[in-house]
Amino acid sequence: MIAVDKETFEAEVLNADGYVLVDFWSDGCEPCKALMPDVEELEKQFGNQIKFVKLNTTQARRLAIKEKVLGLPTISIYKDGNKIDEVTKEEATRDNIEAMIKKHV
Amino acid sequence: MENIYDVVIIGAGPAGLSAGLYSARGKMSTLILEKSKTGGQIATTEEVANYPGSIEHASGPSLVARMVDQCKEFGATIEKDTIKEVKLDEKIKVLVGEKNTYKARSVIVAPGASPRLLDVPGEKEMTGKGVSYCATCDADFFTDFEVFVIGGGDSAVEEAIFLTRFARKVTIVHRRDELKAAKSIQEKAFKNSKIDFMWNTTIQEIKGEGLVEGVVFKNLQTGETQEYMANEEDGTFGIFVFVGYIPQTQIFKGILDMDEAGYFITDDNMKTNIPGVFAAGDCRVKSLRQVVTAVSDGAIASVQAEKYIENNFHE
Repeated sequence: MIAVDKETFEAEVLNADGYVLVDFWSDGCEPCKALMPDVEELEKQFGNQIKFVKLNTTQARRLAIKEKVLGLPTISIYKDGNKIDEVTKEEATRDNIEAMIKKHV
Repeated sequence: MENIYDVVIIGAGPAGLSAGLYSARGKMSTLILEKSKTGGQIATTEEVANYPGSIEHASGPSLVARMVDQCKEFGATIEKDTIKEVKLDEKIKVLVGEKNTYKARSVIVAPGASPRLLDVPGEKEMTGKGVSYCATCDADFFTDFEVFVIGGGDSAVEEAIFLTRFARKVTIVHRRDELKAAKSIQEKAFKNSKIDFMWNTTIQEIKGEGLVEGVVFKNLQTGETQEYMANEEDGTFGIFVFVGYIPQTQIFKGILDMDEAGYFITDDNMKTNIPGVFAAGDCRVKSLRQVVTAVSDGAIASVQAEKYIENNFHE
């Protein structure tokens, strides 16, 4: 997964053509760290159809709020720079993320 | 030959990890299954100040990491899988997970509990959008914002104190006129100038488009409702909910004895109604649900499992 930050988010996600999956996580979020290996596995499976990036919100709080992310973990899918789908918190499981990806690609 | 474990433990919170440590150290083949994050609820707790010996590096995650290392050191295996169905009535117990099926001579059930929801309109839609059940996950989003903490027990008050490091103001909203939290925790909260209280109050509705923008409070004494809207400059605020827990025991319904709230009924030796099946930790009917009682349960369950195997599988 490409690590993006508040400087590169625009180029990598908002100005990107096609599908981008964003894993919003932070240093203090243990559930996020537990989930990330699952997201990395999904990248192996779907990485050729959808770009996988991760954003550490600890250094990008305002950006996260602008993207309407106020809770972690949150996994969002963007298409041509617009957020089209999202799972968060308890709903952010491997199965649900996979189902969300399959719905769009 | 297929692999039959001496002990399979469901749940890698403090109870499961303690059971794993004792079982593996007792030379039993031990597998611990965890569906999400190792450590359970304590993995998202900033400070564990009441666990004996936990003074330096007393955060939940660091305590969990040490427990995991200790478990593995003695040879326990930890795997990620969600158990969907259990067949416990035969001598060899079968656990069906999403990824694999597991066989065991004894089973220690330590699935823990998960936060109870408020069950009000808007709560589900606003989860991750300002409504949170995990302060360590989401606190830093609310740096210099306002935050409401719902609840009056240990978790609510401790997390409220933690949130004052981030939020400019924290209001504890409690349905009664006094807190249930331990006195020592209460004192800290009353002394903290950033913490306010709303007594005899519940939440009736959470409002917002995309992010939490408003909340309707109800005063239980007067019956009056009052709407609070986000400060215009902030645009949003936080609602952290700590109103108790629900045991994660649903898949055992009709199989293991439980009380009305879903907590397992065991004896002092952690025995359930099925021989060879033990329960440990927050999932059990007990008076105190803490790390210190969870690890105690786990140790007892493991020693009892060992006895059970000796008596039933060794000639």
